[in-house]
Amino acid sequence: MEGPQDLGGKMGFGPISPEPETEEPLFHAAWEPRVLGVTLCCGALGYWSLDGMRHARESLPPATYLSASYYQIWAYALENMLIANGELSEEELRLGRMRAPGRAQSKKLPAAKVPTVLRTGGPTLRETGAEPGFAVGDRVRTRNMHPDGHTRLPSYARDKTGTITARHGCHVLPDSNAHGRGEQPEWLYTVNFDGRTLWGDDGDPNVTVSIDAWESYLDHAE
Amino acid sequence: MTARVRALETILVEKGLVDPAAVDAIVETYESRVGPQNGARVVAKAWVDPDYRAWLEEDATAAINSLDISGRQAEHMNAVFNTPETHNVVVCTLCSCYPWAVLGLPPVWYKSPPYRSRVVMKPREVLAEFGLVLPAETTIRVWDSTSEQRYLVVPMRPAGADHMSEDELAALVTRNSMIGTGLPKTPGAV
Repeated sequence: MEGPQDLGGKMGFGPISPEPETEEPLFHAAWEPRVLGVTLCCGALGYWSLDGMRHARESLPPATYLSASYYQIWAYALENMLIANGELSEEELRLGRMRAPGRAQSKKLPAAKVPTVLRTGGPTLRETGAEPGFAVGDRVRTRNMHPDGHTRLPSYARDKTGTITARHGCHVLPDSNAHGRGEQPEWLYTVNFDGRTLWGDDGDPNVTVSIDAWESYLDHAE
Repeated sequence: MTARVRALETILVEKGLVDPAAVDAIVETYESRVGPQNGARVVAKAWVDPDYRAWLEEDATAAINSLDISGRQAEHMNAVFNTPETHNVVVCTLCSCYPWAVLGLPPVWYKSPPYRSRVVMKPREVLAEFGLVLPAETTIRVWDSTSEQRYLVVPMRPAGADHMSEDELAALVTRNSMIGTGLPKTPGAV
């Protein structure tokens, strides 16, 4: 989806102005760590995948997304996902109080399980037995695609020719997993493009950009 | 935002969906246990141990896991090595993918539109804004983390650090040097 999240190559956001590394706090407001923790806890309820939550964030209105801080984006998307899955109502949010008990209480993440959950994460590698369609060194062209739903092929890297530089095995396909259509794992590749291919004469000849692309994003090229 | 988030957490706790102690445990993990010190151990080991460096190149996930570093947002790791000719830098243009278990939670600039939009198109300019001015002949490789593959930049060992121990070397490794927007500290600067 070409939502506000698809930022590669967009202009007008100004300079970086990074805070010095030694001075930057981990959180910039007391509510930020709560959003982080509550979001991870709600992930355990089983209503959505990481891909689904990413889609919820990129589905925020562009004006909202671009004017919100990182953890605001998380909070808004979490509210929307809880509402969409029937675990929260607009009225409850307005009142700041529960009107009906939760339905997925049995899946609540207990504090004791947090270390294990964080250490395990959510590996996406899957054994499928599928033969890879491409080899390292192959020239490929990314597809010119504009899906309504979630995809991890950034718009700046569509319809461009590059070279496969790594193969990562078969991984969960976000394009289907984000929408509850199953994992549908596919071969995943690193594709390397040179700067001039992506940006024309405005590109730096001594720059390359790599993306990781699933097999269905790619066609063979000369 | 404070009231809105407090209300959300209160409702979810009342509903029996969120354990506030679990929220505390998650926050505590990233505030005090997981951070760039993990990645610094990996880099320092790669500097002193050629076998480890080769393992990191071949299977970064296993090599990193061997140091008891694993988990969320670092399930599938790749190490990319700076050389005199090539500098690596990492971004996620689509969200803010970052190897949490190895580097901790990302800094604000990493998650912000200015960095995500520009570093794929004008990396040399962006790096200069971090104070890292690279010669025009240095090749810059930008890694856009578009899947669950996560990238760790292994910077070059600084000059004058030949006789330092692994722990001393780890203290030279900055977070930004492992993203690619900086270089390690020089021995005299510690």
